[in-house]
Amino acid sequence: MYPKSHAFLRNSLLAIMTILVPAFAFAQDSTATADGMRANGKIYVVVLVISTIFVGIILFLIYLEKRIRKIEKNLH
Amino acid sequence: MRKYWWKILSILLLAFAVTGGFLLPVPRLPIVHESIRNLYFHVPMWFTMVVLFVLSVVYSIKYLRTDDLKDDLYALCFASVGVVFSLLGMITGMEWAYYTWPADTQQANFLWTGDPKQLCAALCMLIYMAYLVLRGSITDYDKRAKISAVYNIFACALMFPLIFIIPRMVPSLHPGSDGNNPADPNHLDATMRMVFWPAVLGWILLSVWITTLLIRINLIAKKEIIYTDVS
Repeated sequence: MYPKSHAFLRNSLLAIMTILVPAFAFAQDSTATADGMRANGKIYVVVLVISTIFVGIILFLIYLEKRIRKIEKNLH
Repeated sequence: MRKYWWKILSILLLAFAVTGGFLLPVPRLPIVHESIRNLYFHVPMWFTMVVLFVLSVVYSIKYLRTDDLKDDLYALCFASVGVVFSLLGMITGMEWAYYTWPADTQQANFLWTGDPKQLCAALCMLIYMAYLVLRGSITDYDKRAKISAVYNIFACALMFPLIFIIPRMVPSLHPGSDGNNPADPNHLDATMRMVFWPAVLGWILLSVWITTLLIRINLIAKKEIIYTDVS
């Protein structure tokens, strides 16, 4: 088995962790504020990111549409 | 306005889907949890693929009746964009299954679960990729158009049993097996239906928009071939 000193080290580390882990957990809770973008598990941030990608794709499609229309006009 | 109203409709429907899809409530179910919201994005990819492949075969039949290479180009573009959407559907399905299905079966996580619907969808994709390979292997324009149009009819005829029939005759984790019927309008939760169907229509319209852009580019790029009267 382990020497006695190792067991002491391990037990004391576990003891420190049992105190610190909930402390860290609470520290994270206290920093969260409940304004719009941080409410509901920050789901609005996901909506913002997806909407940005969606708007980007649509703007690119509109750009292509205009570009092709211009070439079509020059052809005829 | 009369020409591009459906493009605006597509943008509005999808804008609703990407916001309502995350913010509106969903039923609280075990295993899937919030990932059920993937239904608004993964499933419309496959609906879009089916619609594009059907439109493709419509133009293939039209080509066989008219011998107009323009119809052949339409069929090619609809099939190509359909393959893109099938790839998106396959990748999103694999991602979704990787994080939800192992919790159900108590197995290790696998990207390839071997679900019957996944296998059949992969077969369908291979059939349509073979369509693109077949086209590339024939250099004569009219021969290429005629042979690939006939092949496209076979491909479309195979798609329906592969996507809609075989996966429902065997046990599968997809809806449709074990006696439940996704064709029943009440199969899906009422709030989810309100987002799901607009999302499906939005994605279909967007895919047709993308296809029309591809067709217009190709009509310009291949104008010497398409508008030359060989007769």
